Amino acid sequence: MPRLPSQWRLRLLGGVTVSAILGFLLLPALVVTLAAFNSRAILSFPPESWSWRWFVKALAYDDFRAGFRNGLIVTGWASSIALVVGAAFALALDRYEFRFKRALETVLLSPLVVPHFTVGLGFLILAAQLGMARGYGVIVACHVVLVLPFVLRSVYISLRNLDPRLELAAASLGAPPHRVLTTVTLPLLVPGLVSGWLFAAILSFNEFTASLFVTAQRTQTLPVALYNYVREYADPSMAAISVMYIVVTATLLILANVFLGLAKVLNVEHPR
Amino acid sequence: MSIPAEDALSAAAPTPATRANGEESIAVELDGVTKRFGKIAALDDVSLLVRRGELMTLLGPSGCGKTTLLNLVGGFLMPDDGEIAIDGQRVTDVPAYRREIGITFQNYALFPHMNVAANVGYGLRMRRVAKAEIARRVADALALIKLAGLEDRKPRQLSGGQQQRVALARALVIRPKVLLLDEPFSALDRNLRASMQVELKEIQRKLGVTTIFVTHDQSEALSLSDRIAVMAEGRIRQLGSPDEIYRRPIDRFVASFVGDVNVLRARLERIDGAIASVALGAARVKVPSRTLQGATTGSMVDLFVRPEELRPAEPGTAVAADGIVAAQSYQGGHVDLYVDAPEALSGRVLLRVPRHEGMSLWRAGARISIALAVDEAIAFRPA
Repeated sequence: MPRLPSQWRLRLLGGVTVSAILGFLLLPALVVTLAAFNSRAILSFPPESWSWRWFVKALAYDDFRAGFRNGLIVTGWASSIALVVGAAFALALDRYEFRFKRALETVLLSPLVVPHFTVGLGFLILAAQLGMARGYGVIVACHVVLVLPFVLRSVYISLRNLDPRLELAAASLGAPPHRVLTTVTLPLLVPGLVSGWLFAAILSFNEFTASLFVTAQRTQTLPVALYNYVREYADPSMAAISVMYIVVTATLLILANVFLGLAKVLNVEHPR
Repeated sequence: MSIPAEDALSAAAPTPATRANGEESIAVELDGVTKRFGKIAALDDVSLLVRRGELMTLLGPSGCGKTTLLNLVGGFLMPDDGEIAIDGQRVTDVPAYRREIGITFQNYALFPHMNVAANVGYGLRMRRVAKAEIARRVADALALIKLAGLEDRKPRQLSGGQQQRVALARALVIRPKVLLLDEPFSALDRNLRASMQVELKEIQRKLGVTTIFVTHDQSEALSLSDRIAVMAEGRIRQLGSPDEIYRRPIDRFVASFVGDVNVLRARLERIDGAIASVALGAARVKVPSRTLQGATTGSMVDLFVRPEELRPAEPGTAVAADGIVAAQSYQGGHVDLYVDAPEALSGRVLLRVPRHEGMSLWRAGARISIALAVDEAIAFRPA
């Protein structure tokens, strides 16, 4: 087989290319991680000696602690509200035919098109008009708008994959609509709901641009606190925060994947 | 909702024995039912009476309205016009969950997040039957469908045939007034299909449950049904026993849809009241005259003859047509011969001959004379 050597070379070239791309994607995370363990008080690379001190400092820093707490409050509310609203809209879009259905779909998915700073600025102006003093309410509302499309998508896709005959079968067996919902529809939607919520939570917790407009010193979330910090200092404690960010998010995603992977198997009707 | 504490699945419906006494009553009644989707009438002014305990098949090509009819009886659709009654009670606007019907779907629609026992017991839990009673009735139902021991399996761990049985048990355990079966065997392979059909028939007879069965498979319909309603374009074309449908089709559509049939050009010789005589070559055959309204003596008509009603002509018998064997198809017990003959509307005649005869005498290319094996058939005016 004369073609073999060139095929082998092609495969090698492919492997190298893929590795290079993966390396390039992971490079920032790698650099930041190494910088976080640098014992010197400057953001430099590569580090000369190793230390945990910046993790200790970051965890003890009041603004970061407050930012983390604020972020949890905002994320918890925003992703939960978005989940309920998004699920309701997804259900309506999936199950009912009505006028302006396409228009509604477009509006609900539009935050993907509108820049985050526009949304933030809009809420800032609105909050000022209403005298809402940039409290948690406006941040939560802002985040709901930003993450809603993702929740909607996620739930909508699970609904599309749900065999309507399962609900008909349940009804034929004597289940009134609310019991069909609680015994068949919702249990089968759990993977979609969980992944939608998780997606929303990660987006909300990381959201910076819009948050910068609508947070105050008292309510600033972690990304905003980080931004304020880096304007004044340049030590590796931010890198330490970044590492913690990456670890927590990755853990959540891995857990979700394990959970959803199992759930997907549960949803297969006829493995043949 | 009262749940009688008798044995699981012993339905209240009368057995076939009581039916035979002339105590016939109607389980399902459709009166002038119309259902439109947009401008298209999926079901057009259909009336149908299903007797208690009988297995009624709705047979027709896809899009004929049979599934729409099933969904209307099940309460998944509401008719635009007409009334539906179950056990003498009007249910036209009663939702599915209060109709007391059992249904199995083509893909079985088992709840993937519940095990077999939970699937079968679902209808009983919705009726708030006591736990011990549910356990007993589920066990009885699983014994009936021969799946005892698989209570804890999830649907995805079952074979297609087992899923089918679970779906049947789930529908039957609530002792439905009517059992609706939507193409229940179409997803099964051929061997399994045949044995499931026999089993379904046995269970249906044992429980005496009124059953409406939807299929597009005419052989399935002929073998299983007490009566068949042949449907086309949103209407019932013919309603009758399998034998009536097969041997006395009311029109060309029913004659061609149910079973294999040869359409042969023949001459109408004379009409004597209800009986007409038709000539095909030297052969003569009697046909009912009602399907030949308006045809004049001497004109050509289309004679419908089943493959088993033809045979190779023996010396001295009247030859209906001459032809050349184009192909033969070995079927095990018999051989199908495809014969090119000008009398056939399609140009080709199908006849069945015994295996030994087919293999030795009627090879492709052989000349063959065909005779009629029956003296009665059915004819229609040319389309």
